[in-house]
Amino acid sequence: MADVREIEIRDAAAQAEAAAQLLQPAAEDLPDIHGEKMVLNMGPSHPSTHGVLRIVLELDGEIITKAAPEVGYLHRGDEKIAENMTYTQFIPYTDRLDYLAPLANNVAYALAVEKLLGIQDKLPPRCQYLRVICCELARISSHLLGVGAFAMDVGALTVFLLTFTEREKIYNLCESLTGARFTTSYTRIGGVSRDTPPGWCAAVRKFLKEVVVNIDEVETLLTRNRIWVDRTQGVGVIPKEIAVDYGLSGPNLRGSGVEYDLRRAHPYLVYDRLKFEVPVGSAGDCYDRYLVRMEEMRQSVRIIEQCLEQIPGGFDNPSKEPVNVSDGKIILPPKEKVLSSMEELIHHFINVTQGVDAPPGEIYFGAENPKGELGFYIHSKGGGTPHRLKIRAPSFVNLSILSWLLPGYMISDTVSILGSLDFVMGECDR
Amino acid sequence: MTALELAQKLKGKFGDVLAEPVEFRGEITLKLADAGRIVEVCSFAKSELGFDFLVDITSLDNYGDDPRWTIVYHLYGIGHRCHVRLKTDVSEEGSEISTVTGVWRTADWHEREIYDMMGIRFRGHPDLRRILMWEGYPYFPLRKDFPLAGKPTDLPEVAFTRPAPLEGGPFVTVAGGKDTIAREPRVRIPEN
Repeated sequence: MADVREIEIRDAAAQAEAAAQLLQPAAEDLPDIHGEKMVLNMGPSHPSTHGVLRIVLELDGEIITKAAPEVGYLHRGDEKIAENMTYTQFIPYTDRLDYLAPLANNVAYALAVEKLLGIQDKLPPRCQYLRVICCELARISSHLLGVGAFAMDVGALTVFLLTFTEREKIYNLCESLTGARFTTSYTRIGGVSRDTPPGWCAAVRKFLKEVVVNIDEVETLLTRNRIWVDRTQGVGVIPKEIAVDYGLSGPNLRGSGVEYDLRRAHPYLVYDRLKFEVPVGSAGDCYDRYLVRMEEMRQSVRIIEQCLEQIPGGFDNPSKEPVNVSDGKIILPPKEKVLSSMEELIHHFINVTQGVDAPPGEIYFGAENPKGELGFYIHSKGGGTPHRLKIRAPSFVNLSILSWLLPGYMISDTVSILGSLDFVMGECDR
Repeated sequence: MTALELAQKLKGKFGDVLAEPVEFRGEITLKLADAGRIVEVCSFAKSELGFDFLVDITSLDNYGDDPRWTIVYHLYGIGHRCHVRLKTDVSEEGSEISTVTGVWRTADWHEREIYDMMGIRFRGHPDLRRILMWEGYPYFPLRKDFPLAGKPTDLPEVAFTRPAPLEGGPFVTVAGGKDTIAREPRVRIPEN
């Protein structure tokens, strides 16, 4: 008859041992004569895979013995497209990378091109504060969805709806700022597309008060919930060295205990003037990654509050602080000047047809996106279009750990692990 | 410990194959003349100089130049927070270079993507197969001689290159032009 096997209780060390035993080469070489192992396809169309991710699982009962993730179902050829258009024309494509935090992608891309042009330090301060507010709003939005979808997949359906009410408010803020809820395309090379509309900053301040209440509510629902703790604590443990070796970044890396945040390590925009803390986990399991995201949301609220206090020009900018670099060759000149003065007309024409004239050279710029380190490597041979634009997508790198991480856990832990890694396929596949 | 100092140390050890560090926009780039020694250089960088985090591996297509491929490694150290770029050339005849998955496990997927998009093979890679395109896809899309609009393949239902219903119309830009003037819709020669 079938032999009795004890299900191991959540204990990281014991589970790691069990996983190591399952992965012993001797055991794997034995042919599967009793047909004990089953191959299960967690297909691209699945409610819990957070997009189109396919994982081919080999199961021994409920325990996963092998996992092979397959990506590329959302590959759209962004890098090839980037070689055929000017830097400004590529901005809408960056929205669609991590489509849950489009403002953050816009800012990261604009900063990368500005680093290539050498104007990163010439950005006016109001522009920098606005970009930081956008990045942090995107971070709150992305983490709300990350935690909400994670909880929904594990079974706590209410959390999803709670977090989405707050995300609707962020969408409304994006809509009044940029014109679109989702695909914002807000930044331009050398600045932002428009200044804040009147009353926007006050609306952000009001929103911050509401989102803190909502985050507290989610915490009361999940953090000390017996079922949640049982489903996530001790599951998906990623030790520090493995996390660094696999190139994880963002909350996944910090959940494993590595204190590495690009906003602190290599401050860009005005992050060096803002006071905030970087939450770091200790056990590297799903529960820690969840806690890191919850605390990051609170720190983002703190950052936005400081920005609203410090922003030059105040809420509605009555003193007309600039939000763009004043160089006409980089940013489009104002329309009144274009239609009446020759120099501005020429600048406008060259900027639109040929694009910003970038010097030959190559740069890499990584920004702390909600999902991790979003990096742009731009190799330019001069002119308005890049010779090669590589997008270092955090979700792509974070997913590579799945084939190491999943074996040894049970099939229902897959859902917890996928939810805690919080990836988005748009970014992974580009 | 600045990036320049670490780069000088790396050059000190491998002076015969590494060029002088070049600085541009605050970043240090080292050119490796012999691609065969990449694993040695990377292992030294990880074990002795503390570059424990491989940020990214990229491939460049220098279409028309020889050697055709350039592989760019972005090294970073969480401890010393320094970033160094390592570049090496691969010729088109071989189109092969050793894998660095033994040094950083994250190189696995990056190298698979380079193989998928550019067609450069990695010697010793544990599982070199396509990652973004499907297995059996015959072309390497990111090469400069592959057109932006794509080429028809043997899976006509899955991937096709027919223009979308409204694409190619009178108000749509022409892809792949040198600048906006060349991509202007009015350049389109109308079908009769």
